[in-house]
Amino acid sequence: MLAYYVELAVNSLFRARIMTGLMVLAIGLGIGASMTMITVLHVMSGNPLPGRSTRLYVPMLDPRPSSQGSTEGNSTPDGFTWVDATNLMSAKRADRQAAMSSGYAAVQPGRDDLHPFFETGQYVTSDFFRMFNAQFLIGTGWTAAQDGERAHVVVLNALLDRKLFGDAGGVGKIVRLNNVDFRVIGVLDDWRPQPKFYAQKNGHIFGESDQFFLPLQTALDLNFGFNGRLSCWGSDGNKKRQSDKCTWLQFWVELDSPARVSSYRRFLINYWHDQQASGRFPRNNAPPHLYGLMAWLRHEQVIPSNVSMQLWLAVGFQFVCMLSVVALLLAKFLRRSGEISIRRALGAKRRDIFIQFGVESALIGGFGGVLGLMVAQFGLWTVRQRPDGYARLAQMDIQMLISAIVLAIVASVLAGFLPAWRACNVPPALRLKEQ
Amino acid sequence: MRIIKLELQPILVALRRHKLIASLLAILVAFTCAVVCNVAFMIQQRVMSTQLSSGIAEHQLIAIQSVTLDPSANQVVRHQEDVSALRTISGIESAAAVDTLPLDENDNAQGTCASEQALLRAAQAQAIVGNCAQVSVYDGSPGMVKTLGLHLLAGRDFHLDEFVSGSQLDPPVAIITRALAKKLYPNGDALGETLYTDPDKPIRIVGIVDNVLRPSLHGSHGNYDSMFWPQYPDQSVVTYVISVATQNRAWVLKRVSTALYQLDANRILGRPRAFAQVRASYFQNDESMIGLLVCSALGLLLVSALGITGLSNFWVQQRMRTVGIRRALGATRMDILRYFQIENFIIVSFGVVFGILMGIGLNLLLMVHFEVSKLPLWYLALGAVALWILGQLAALAPALRASKLSPVAATRNI
Repeated sequence: MLAYYVELAVNSLFRARIMTGLMVLAIGLGIGASMTMITVLHVMSGNPLPGRSTRLYVPMLDPRPSSQGSTEGNSTPDGFTWVDATNLMSAKRADRQAAMSSGYAAVQPGRDDLHPFFETGQYVTSDFFRMFNAQFLIGTGWTAAQDGERAHVVVLNALLDRKLFGDAGGVGKIVRLNNVDFRVIGVLDDWRPQPKFYAQKNGHIFGESDQFFLPLQTALDLNFGFNGRLSCWGSDGNKKRQSDKCTWLQFWVELDSPARVSSYRRFLINYWHDQQASGRFPRNNAPPHLYGLMAWLRHEQVIPSNVSMQLWLAVGFQFVCMLSVVALLLAKFLRRSGEISIRRALGAKRRDIFIQFGVESALIGGFGGVLGLMVAQFGLWTVRQRPDGYARLAQMDIQMLISAIVLAIVASVLAGFLPAWRACNVPPALRLKEQ
Repeated sequence: MRIIKLELQPILVALRRHKLIASLLAILVAFTCAVVCNVAFMIQQRVMSTQLSSGIAEHQLIAIQSVTLDPSANQVVRHQEDVSALRTISGIESAAAVDTLPLDENDNAQGTCASEQALLRAAQAQAIVGNCAQVSVYDGSPGMVKTLGLHLLAGRDFHLDEFVSGSQLDPPVAIITRALAKKLYPNGDALGETLYTDPDKPIRIVGIVDNVLRPSLHGSHGNYDSMFWPQYPDQSVVTYVISVATQNRAWVLKRVSTALYQLDANRILGRPRAFAQVRASYFQNDESMIGLLVCSALGLLLVSALGITGLSNFWVQQRMRTVGIRRALGATRMDILRYFQIENFIIVSFGVVFGILMGIGLNLLLMVHFEVSKLPLWYLALGAVALWILGQLAALAPALRASKLSPVAATRNI
């Protein structure tokens, strides 16, 4: 019986080609637009370190004076102070812990064919690489002892290594950064988690990758350039970055079991109370927090507001498309009241009529879905042409492909529901009499 | 009155009996009205900001950023050597070293007041109050005014002996924009007045130029609050602006980097850019958003026009028999046409009323979550008119078809 309905539907759709085309177009455009933006949002809210993200946590302490709170509400501070980061580092209460900050340096290749250039990197402490599972092509990171010695060593990412040293690779060689020589001790295998979750949130959290890694204390000693916000209060002379009145560092810990997580929480609270006893952390209503990686990304709202606005626009567009399709289907079905009356008079049940028209709208939905997929592929292509950092990520995966088709069919069956319901309520005898 | 009532009553009765289709049409109209009005407004806002005039001679400017890496260098001397070298390139009309440019995003803004008392009051209030403004400062070497092509409205360019170097020293004189002059000195002539960014350092206004945009835009107010200081940039980062005739631009763009590297290779040069590129990169996001918004507005109108036409078509057709009877009873073609057009007008009006309410609501929502300003009501009025026209056009074809029905055929066929 279903095959018969499909045949009827195909016939009916074929008879009114323009009408069918318009409906398929409306569904296709709607689905295409919203799938494009849903896909963009999906890839942007993806997990930057699958498999490891559940073990990574961000502790957050609020050392700001209480008077500052009035204007900033419950916002989190811009990071850790140097003092708290060093205290938590030396307490070693997590399985791994690292402090870090973004920076930039002038790379001086000392060659005629390559002029100096700026590169962005990260100043980190030794646990960074193993904690975030950054894979080395060759070499290793540095040790905690080298952190303390302020060693002049550097880890390069694959792109910069290739740019400077070609295929031979740079491990063991010297790189000159900001007029200082560093020995290359490791090269990462093009490590670029998306988004760059470990850094302070800024406009480049998507797309940009760090190309060099230096020991944090070395960079601080040499007064290298830092990126990101440095928020201070009170005055603490010129020792801004080492003061306990300036927040700027990122601090991450690895906690391998739920038990460790809760014990670390207790440790943080104890630390907070201890510091309060010595006069720090005046905000009593801002106890320490421990965010998981994904929770942290949500908290930081890494998705730019432009993108969420575009999503709402696309969803609104699809809604109008659906309304139009309902209107067109209603027109199409009710125009066939005569046919329905005859079928009903010949013994078709309401259910039969409903299924017949349901099949017809599902068919339109199917075609619309296929068109929508093509529109979405085109939409994603245009997104990839944009200059934004997230643009390169805009690719549809299997999960999105399936949900696009499901969305199309569900949408059109929903759109077809009302018209089909109206159609099956056409009384059999009345229309015959009218004829 | 009676006639209007006679016309309207059957329409209203018919509407009451076809609630579903009528309300579907009204919803479609309402939603389209709300969304399109907001989208059109956002487009207009963005287009406005991308088309702000920068106030400098954009079409003949080239900018290149240079960072000296030699820590022992005397930056001011280096910059002047670079500028002299640039001036020797043929095709270059003038050149100067500046710390930033309009739309460069590198904003050095200072709280500036029209008098010392105003400055003290503002410092006390810790806010920009009274005759004060947040002003972007452009530092530059001699030749800045000429190279940028600033249009002097009153006063004069800087004298050579007025130029100072070192950020600690504030210069004794400044040139300010027309907008800033009006803001700081609303009642009088700003030329010759003294302004303050620091209590002990009076700065005399020696010139007023036409409006120059700030390095980064701050909403819709105060974008032209800029002033120029005769101060050599003394950081390792500097921007060289070069004025060049349009026909020589490509030629000069190719030679600028080589000339500067020849003088000192231990430096980082940005890509030399025509000012059009500086502007384009500042507004990159807005441009792509405008494209997207225009596409979605057009798509929305197209799709809802589709829906409205489909519905009107169907609705008229469904009532062909009634039309036949009315025609047989003596209604003229005009009567039939008018009937359907008025009916459409009523339904669209319902939709428009809801649409305006929804549009205002949507705008409020956008204002909370995104940086969108308040939607002017005339946008909604314009949207309403557009939808009325769209509705009338959509109803016209089927209504005309219905009116052409001959009375006999009408009763026989259906």
